[in-house]
Amino acid sequence: MAREISTGRKAVITTVAWAVALLIFFPILWTVLTSFKTEGEAVNSHPAFLFFDWTLENYHAVNERSDYLAHFWNSVVISLGSTLAGLIIAVPAAWAMAFVPGKHTKDLLMWMLSTKMLPAVGVLVPLYLLARDTGLLDTRTGLVIVLTMVNLPIIVWMLYTYFKEIPAEILEAARMDGATLSSEILYVLTPMAVPGIASTLLLNVILAWNESFWTLNLSAANAAPLTAFIASYSSPEGLFYAKLSAASTMAIAPILILGWFSQKQLVRGLTFGAVK
Amino acid sequence: MTMSLRTLLGATMLVAAAGSASAQTTITVATVNNGDMIRMQRLMPDFAAKHPDIKVNWVTLEENVLRQRVTTDIASKGGQYDVLTIGNYEVPIWAKQNWLLPLENLGADYDQADLLPQVAAALTVDGKLYAAPFYAESSMLMYRTDLLEKAGLKMPENPDWDFIAEAAEKMTDKAAGVYGICLRGKAGWGENMALITSMNNSMGGAWFDMEWKPEFNGPEWKQTLDTYLKLMNNYGPPGASSNGFNENLALFQTGKCGMWIDATVAASFISDPKESQVADKVGFAPAPIRAGGSNHGNWLWSWNLAIPASSAKQDAAKTFVAWATSPDYTKLVAEKEGIANVPPGTRTSLYENEAYLKAAPFAPMTLKAIQSTNTQKPSDKQVPYTGAQFVAIPEFQAIGTAVGQQFSAALAGRASAEQALAASQTLTSREMTRAGYPK
Repeated sequence: MAREISTGRKAVITTVAWAVALLIFFPILWTVLTSFKTEGEAVNSHPAFLFFDWTLENYHAVNERSDYLAHFWNSVVISLGSTLAGLIIAVPAAWAMAFVPGKHTKDLLMWMLSTKMLPAVGVLVPLYLLARDTGLLDTRTGLVIVLTMVNLPIIVWMLYTYFKEIPAEILEAARMDGATLSSEILYVLTPMAVPGIASTLLLNVILAWNESFWTLNLSAANAAPLTAFIASYSSPEGLFYAKLSAASTMAIAPILILGWFSQKQLVRGLTFGAVK
Repeated sequence: MTMSLRTLLGATMLVAAAGSASAQTTITVATVNNGDMIRMQRLMPDFAAKHPDIKVNWVTLEENVLRQRVTTDIASKGGQYDVLTIGNYEVPIWAKQNWLLPLENLGADYDQADLLPQVAAALTVDGKLYAAPFYAESSMLMYRTDLLEKAGLKMPENPDWDFIAEAAEKMTDKAAGVYGICLRGKAGWGENMALITSMNNSMGGAWFDMEWKPEFNGPEWKQTLDTYLKLMNNYGPPGASSNGFNENLALFQTGKCGMWIDATVAASFISDPKESQVADKVGFAPAPIRAGGSNHGNWLWSWNLAIPASSAKQDAAKTFVAWATSPDYTKLVAEKEGIANVPPGTRTSLYENEAYLKAAPFAPMTLKAIQSTNTQKPSDKQVPYTGAQFVAIPEFQAIGTAVGQQFSAALAGRASAEQALAASQTLTSREMTRAGYPK
């Protein structure tokens, strides 16, 4: 039975929720605002919040100097490519772990997750050498492979938790009706798990989009995604905060828009199975 | 669903596999996002016109990311880059590892003898130049002429630390938001330690004695840190322990600082009326000395273009380096961007150019600062190392940053000067012993 919540309490909770949301969002908002200021205005020690001379000069300067579209396209290819490749491996893997668990399934899951516990820089040199010897340095293919491996544990774990919520009896029934393994996964399991798969996909696209360690270290000129685009505007000697903000805004805008339109899906997926 | 997935994946792979093929030689240049490098990228049409057979790809990265990135590449002979922008800290270390190509025969127009001897010396190993300086800087004192006058003081030819303290006290007006002195406080071997190491050199101190034993327990470091903390705690801006070059630049440009000791390149920023609110009220003086001393201890940093030995396109890379660092490049910048924007600090001829001296009033002081550096003998003491604001050994990045964190903590009030020095002595001894230095 639902507890009754008084209007006053509701107001407090709503206020707190808004305050927390604004607090978290504020740095992004500030970045966006700064991108419309002049460099002088950006470093003013009494910064104006909204009342300053709005200017587009930073966006002009950034577009003049760097090739946004090339970086953007690299980001799209790398984040989508690695997520899709990850899903192709992870769906069967999570199926096996959820519905046909063995004696060591839990250990296997833990072991997969443990690869995330090693600081990435610890394997930088070996991976760099592998990429060098296979000719994958500074290629999108190389980054797709590396990011697939980096995010695979998370994809498997997420799918595993979603699949666990699906009654095995339904799959059994399909098998009784003569479904083969592949049609069981493709036509019975996948449609039921679509919200889970969709949120996994979205979350991993976001993770891969924002991944900066490997994308910066394994790319140079050809495969550099938007993370490198941002990094090229940070300067130790010189005030380029407004241009840096403009570059950051351009880099996060696509993923922000994607997140905005898919937030319903994301929230539903992330809380899927949490309350039954 | 499956069909569309498959199509999308197929398309993805196809795009990923598509490489670029070209008949030209393509070289990749790694650089930092500093004003002079951005200007160089803008001037690329000139290079393209002179060398249509060479295509240049730029990789611009934040300084620390760049350092990590190119170190990985050069140490593993990845061959990703054909030209690197590196500092004079890396050049001698990497040259000794045979990671860099000696730059001989940069062409008849290069005029190596024109390079400032102090700058060239820091890039030379066994008589060979391993990197071509692009721009160089030292440190100096920048101050507000109006505030100094208001304080009833006159800047001496060679100010000492006692004068700095007196001037800082008189210039400080906290109610008006004016602080007598702004100095770096952010921890890092190239951040606060550049300043404090230089300051310690001027006090007669050194990082190591001839046996490679650290000297943080000596009187010079104590005096250095005490002076630094006294200045900053009494007359410095609030929150100074997170201030680096850019933060202090912003403070100075908006009229919050009376004095600022930092890189000579800052002079052009604070004198630029488009950026600086105090452009017409700035004066320049040499980095302070100790009372009765003569060593300004100021630093020497240069950004240089070097060619990794692992590059497969060394000839094209050499052509590019020669174009970007020769006297002709200076002429090109003067013509297209104005003479005040020429990369400073590398060539004697620039400081003999009347037009430049007229356009850049800070030029004589910059030259004087660079000429007073001595990377081969930074301290009054005998030392086993070279380098002015750093010790040119590979271990210094880690040690310098760790010591910088101790000093930054002392500035923030989380530790006393004694504690910071004791901790620095312990950690430096430990790291140096581990690296096998002390004899």
